[in-house]
Amino acid sequence: MCTTCGCGSSEVRIDAKTAEVPAAHERAAVTQPKYHHYRPGGHWHRHADGTWHSHVHGGASPHGDAAPGPLDSAHAAGMASARTIRIEEDILAKNDAIAVQNRRFFADRGVFALNLVSSPGSGKTTLLVRTIEAWSARTPVAVIEGDQQTARDAERVRAVGVPAVQINTAKGCHLDAQMVAHALTHLEIADDSVLFIENVGNLVCPAAFDLGEAHKVVILSVTEGEDKPLKYPDMFHAADLLLVNKIDLAPHVDFDVATAIAYARRVRPGLEAIVVSARTGAGFGEWLAWLERGVAAAKEQREGNIEALRRRIVELEGELARRSERA
Amino acid sequence: MHEMALAQSVLEIVEATARRHAAQRVTAVRLEIGVLSHVAPEALEFCFGAVTRGSLAERARLEIETTPGAAWCVPCGETVALSTLGAPCPQCGSYQLAVSQGEAMRVIDIEVA
Repeated sequence: MCTTCGCGSSEVRIDAKTAEVPAAHERAAVTQPKYHHYRPGGHWHRHADGTWHSHVHGGASPHGDAAPGPLDSAHAAGMASARTIRIEEDILAKNDAIAVQNRRFFADRGVFALNLVSSPGSGKTTLLVRTIEAWSARTPVAVIEGDQQTARDAERVRAVGVPAVQINTAKGCHLDAQMVAHALTHLEIADDSVLFIENVGNLVCPAAFDLGEAHKVVILSVTEGEDKPLKYPDMFHAADLLLVNKIDLAPHVDFDVATAIAYARRVRPGLEAIVVSARTGAGFGEWLAWLERGVAAAKEQREGNIEALRRRIVELEGELARRSERA
Repeated sequence: MHEMALAQSVLEIVEATARRHAAQRVTAVRLEIGVLSHVAPEALEFCFGAVTRGSLAERARLEIETTPGAAWCVPCGETVALSTLGAPCPQCGSYQLAVSQGEAMRVIDIEVA
């Protein structure tokens, strides 16, 4: 059983084959995807919203420092010495470390990676398919799909000409960073491309799991009720964009768009929101413009990194020349 | 969210640390669980007792420090208490809040014998 969320991760399948990794969230034997050059770093004190916690104990310390207790030096015959060992590790540290690796993988290649989250039936896949068609190969696109069972969503994406990998979690209720890292080994990811990760339909659990994405995009359809952001605050709090979908059905339901967005902004101030219809294409101008901005930012970051490397090479060459002269 | 599985995650962290320090038994585990985090402390307590049976943390005392929620209120220009996500500033009623505390789920330290 998976040790982070209790799913039967030994049954996790990627494109219908049992994933070769050990229980998906285990830290010890992470299979390094073939594009990865990095190892997990030390421990992480990062919280779900990216803030750091200044804890009461004060001062950083390497983990596992043994603070000797008063009994340590006693060693009376037959008496065990009690001591306190500092840990200060996030319970989700394993996942977060792999997410950071994924994020670096994307940054190196200028990939704009999005984590699409919502309840089941909000229209994620339909929205994704229409987005891919409207995008018209402006950049390469790849998709990672997550569902308990079936490869239906990956098949729908492949039908519009985009490579897709299907992760089946069996009993699991969310994707995690290890699953995504493994799925990436099944995809050819192009530079300056877009990667959509369609999470398992679930408005609760995916909120806690960083996959290494640039943004979580939460999709709420008008048939779901405008109070959902208040009832499921964690998910809306974790998102950077809200897509209100199925606006074409608005005349048939009691749903106040402004109220829904206001509620979402209570739990996530400044949340960007775009009203769309995956069926009619309403709002797609704005949605695609948002995507284009993200793609441009990812590309600029990659080019900036390359430029910085080039400057470094020039510096080092200069240094080498100086030292060679002196030698 | 998955308190049983989180308890197992805690046990894994605890066991790894104990092994690194060649400790035979864990007598106490101290956690920090923020009120704005993804877990209910009581459920975690229950599950912790269950998962540690047969491990070197069996019968270890579980201490949970509940960190209160706090956020920076933009209009007030100061840090205020936040009881849940979606609550307004208790001083001015604004929702322009940036959460600064209360989302952590951490293993702080362990006591070993």
